Amino acid sequence: MKEKTDVPQGTLALMVLKTLDVLGSLHGYGIARRIEQISGDLLAVNQGTLYPVLLKLEQEGVIASEWGASENNRRARFYRLTREGRKQLQIETQDWQKTAALIGRFFAAKAEDLS
Amino acid sequence: MKSVHSMKRFFTRMFNSATTRAHDDRLKEEIEVHIALQTAENIRSGLSPVEARRQAILKFGGREAMKEDYRAERGLLFFDNFARDLRLAVRMLRKSPGFTAVAVVTLAMAIGANAVVFGVLNALILHPLHVPQAESLYGIQHGNDESSYQSYPDYLDLRDRNRSFDDIAAYDAAQVGLDAGEDPSRVWIFLASGNYFDVLRLQPFLGRFFHASDEHGPNSAPYIVLSYSYWHAHFQDDRGVVGRVVQVNKYPYTILGVAPPGFNGTLVFFNPGFFVPLVDQEQVEGVNDLNSRGKRFIFMTLGHLKPGVTKAQAIADLNSIGSYLEKTYPKDDDQRTFTLARPSLYGDYLGKPVRAFMTGLTLLSALILLAACANLGSLFGARAADRSREVALRLALGASRARILRQLFTEALLLSLMGGTLGLWGGFVLMGGLSAWQPFSRWPAQLPVNPDANVYGVALFLTLASGFLFGAFPVRQVLRTNPYEIIKASSRGMTGGRVTFRDLALIVQIAICALLVTSSIVAVRGLLRSLHSDLGFDSRNAILADTDLSMAGYSGTRVPQMQKRMIEAVTAIPGVESVGLIDSAPLVSGSVMGSPVFADATTDFRPSNAAADSVFFGVSPDYFHAARTALLAGRAFSWQDDENAPRVAVINQEFARRVFESPAKAMGKYFKRPDGTRLQVVGIVENGKYASLTEDPRPAMFLPFLQSPSGQTYLAVRSGRDAAQLSAAIRATMRNLDASLPVYMGPWNKELDTTLFGSRIAAITLGVMGVIGAMLSITGIFGMAAYSVSKRLRELGIRMALGAQRKEVLQAALGRALKLLGIGSAAGLLLGILASRVLSAIVYQATPRDPIVLAGVVVAMLLLGLVATWIPARRALAIDPAILMRED
Repeated sequence: MKEKTDVPQGTLALMVLKTLDVLGSLHGYGIARRIEQISGDLLAVNQGTLYPVLLKLEQEGVIASEWGASENNRRARFYRLTREGRKQLQIETQDWQKTAALIGRFFAAKAEDLS
Repeated sequence: MKSVHSMKRFFTRMFNSATTRAHDDRLKEEIEVHIALQTAENIRSGLSPVEARRQAILKFGGREAMKEDYRAERGLLFFDNFARDLRLAVRMLRKSPGFTAVAVVTLAMAIGANAVVFGVLNALILHPLHVPQAESLYGIQHGNDESSYQSYPDYLDLRDRNRSFDDIAAYDAAQVGLDAGEDPSRVWIFLASGNYFDVLRLQPFLGRFFHASDEHGPNSAPYIVLSYSYWHAHFQDDRGVVGRVVQVNKYPYTILGVAPPGFNGTLVFFNPGFFVPLVDQEQVEGVNDLNSRGKRFIFMTLGHLKPGVTKAQAIADLNSIGSYLEKTYPKDDDQRTFTLARPSLYGDYLGKPVRAFMTGLTLLSALILLAACANLGSLFGARAADRSREVALRLALGASRARILRQLFTEALLLSLMGGTLGLWGGFVLMGGLSAWQPFSRWPAQLPVNPDANVYGVALFLTLASGFLFGAFPVRQVLRTNPYEIIKASSRGMTGGRVTFRDLALIVQIAICALLVTSSIVAVRGLLRSLHSDLGFDSRNAILADTDLSMAGYSGTRVPQMQKRMIEAVTAIPGVESVGLIDSAPLVSGSVMGSPVFADATTDFRPSNAAADSVFFGVSPDYFHAARTALLAGRAFSWQDDENAPRVAVINQEFARRVFESPAKAMGKYFKRPDGTRLQVVGIVENGKYASLTEDPRPAMFLPFLQSPSGQTYLAVRSGRDAAQLSAAIRATMRNLDASLPVYMGPWNKELDTTLFGSRIAAITLGVMGVIGAMLSITGIFGMAAYSVSKRLRELGIRMALGAQRKEVLQAALGRALKLLGIGSAAGLLLGILASRVLSAIVYQATPRDPIVLAGVVVAMLLLGLVATWIPARRALAIDPAILMRED
């Protein structure tokens, strides 16, 4: 299957989890909007790619969804983090931070540091 | 953690596949809300409603691609696509019912044949005996030949002195008269050692078994254990039989119990009705050999190896006992060496040829399946080529090659499953017939071929494997398809002049088919000839009635008295021309007695001094007349040739030639038997067949039955009367003489079944294989011819437009297929001629040097070619150049 999202899937999933962790229950548009606000142009196009990710997370059991009413009083699907999701987020956050720190050190390193 | 998640996802997806519609709706709604919210947002930031919506949609991105992702994420895309592929496959197959029918029938025959062959293999060789731990059960076989006979004292020594077996059991097959209150009947039984059932680790279905502790010397254990099937068939599942007393050869025996279902003794081919302790031999067989070390009447000994003991160790152990026996009993025991073999087919005696036959059959049926796959593969390839435009179009529209291949495989598997199901069903019917089939009227031979999980498994495996195999043929074609080229040019690749792999495969198939056709015609011809061959007697218009007087309590001088009365009584039946008595009917009783004979001057009767080995028969004065055995010189016997008269014999030509150099020199001369008796030759008869149809002429002597008494009695009754009426009359006459005498009766012709069994099986097997082979060749040639016609339609059309004659068109269209047919047939015929040498061991006078055989093969192959090319030829001739040219 071709990767059609501009954002790496894992990254997007992590962003979704964090968003739900911070803001509680949200519908798809809310999540997309939030990610857009924080990440700038990252999700400015192809917002649709969010939905397969949401489904995947739901099937893994880290988020759950139910019908609710949106701001404009239409039926919308609201997503929230499950207990398992919270655990998962913690683990992945730590992983991410470790990775980021490691990569950061690599980029910071200069030739003379290594000699 | 991760794996738990993916498991969860997998199951959710499986579930989701089933609930497609609900999910599609949910996604649609979500998308709508998303876009509505975005639109509202955009309006708030000052855009016009129309522009706001347009921007929102743009921002959402490619909806169809997303949906595809979403679906892939949601369900296993595989299942969705599979259902779709299946629907398409069904539609495609329906569109060409001819192709579907040919493919399904071909596969059904090939898979059915394999299932049956495997079923028989399973029943005969893989799981023959229904006893626990059969893998450690061995029969003790002689080291120097493939028999297993033992004497009772030797058996006891083997049983008690060995250190390798848990215990050793022994059995012998015998026939007894059973009187359970109704019609007395003859039943084949096992005389089994007391420990027989314990050695086999069996538990009774009903009542109890007899045990070693029941044996207290000769005739001490008057007990019977019924086999389940005999109990079922003759005692109507009556649980009250346990404890009943019945008459066995006029002796009272108590029924102890019933053996478990499925257990039919320790020989696959032989299903005894019940089991009697071996110590009762005297009452059952009329003689007591329990103390004679030289009388090897025990059919077989067998037992479980102790855990940890290897075959080689056990053989060494037995051989050391053997050398002890040789030293201790030099008079009776020589060359006591042993080896171990599976007991179910009487060691290697039947085991070897049966295993060889089954191996051959398995290979042949595998070959047939392979050929079927190759044919269907090329048919499939041809279809795929015809569909190349469709494939190209789908590729151009963005379908992946994997997707198209999956579609083709779905079609192939659907076909193979249909064929497999049909084949397995046919196989079941055949196996049911085989199980119920009793090839010999005189022997309780039956082979229960019950398809078990193994058979199902193999059939399913073969079905799927063949589906993948022939489905794989068009793969390369599809992978190489260039949509642009095909749609542009509609090019039809020409089949080149070089010999392809496909051609070779077809030639091999046709050759195998021709080989099978040749062999089966040879076998059938041989069979027919053997029915009309010179057997030394005439089995037509004669009834054979046989009984064993020792089973009805006759002994000593009462035996010949009774036999004389029987002959007189039957001769008196109206319409009977002549009645002859013989103690062992040639070609019927299965075994004939033979012994060495010596020249008159011999005094040392060692086997090495013998002038010849001769079979011998005791016959009544009228036997030669009744059997229509030609008396060439001298006289037949008379009633005066009794125990008080000088010993005389009638010999056959071969005997005269071997012992006296020529029939002329034999008349009136004397020869001796191993016990020193001097016999005078008073007559010479023609040669005949005695034990088997394929035997070479062998010496035979006939003795007056009054001088060579035996309880075994065969009456050959010659009459022009209807067989059924006559049989009834004979039966009534016999009953008048002695109502407790079990008599077996049938037309002599039919009694030859046993000897014809081998050639009959060979003819049937080869015939069936030949039909399947012909079927395969037809599909193969048809596939090739149809393919070449459809490939060359345009070319042929042009040729016709330019004025080609029908003959030329046909030659262009079918020439190649017919050439292959010719080459293959010739090769097969040659092979068939070579194979007939092998066949002549089983089938009487099998020879391919027979104009009918040669003509038959040629005609069969021509017919085959005609059938196979009929439709393609019609298609080629029906080409209308005008229409064809317009089409492209």
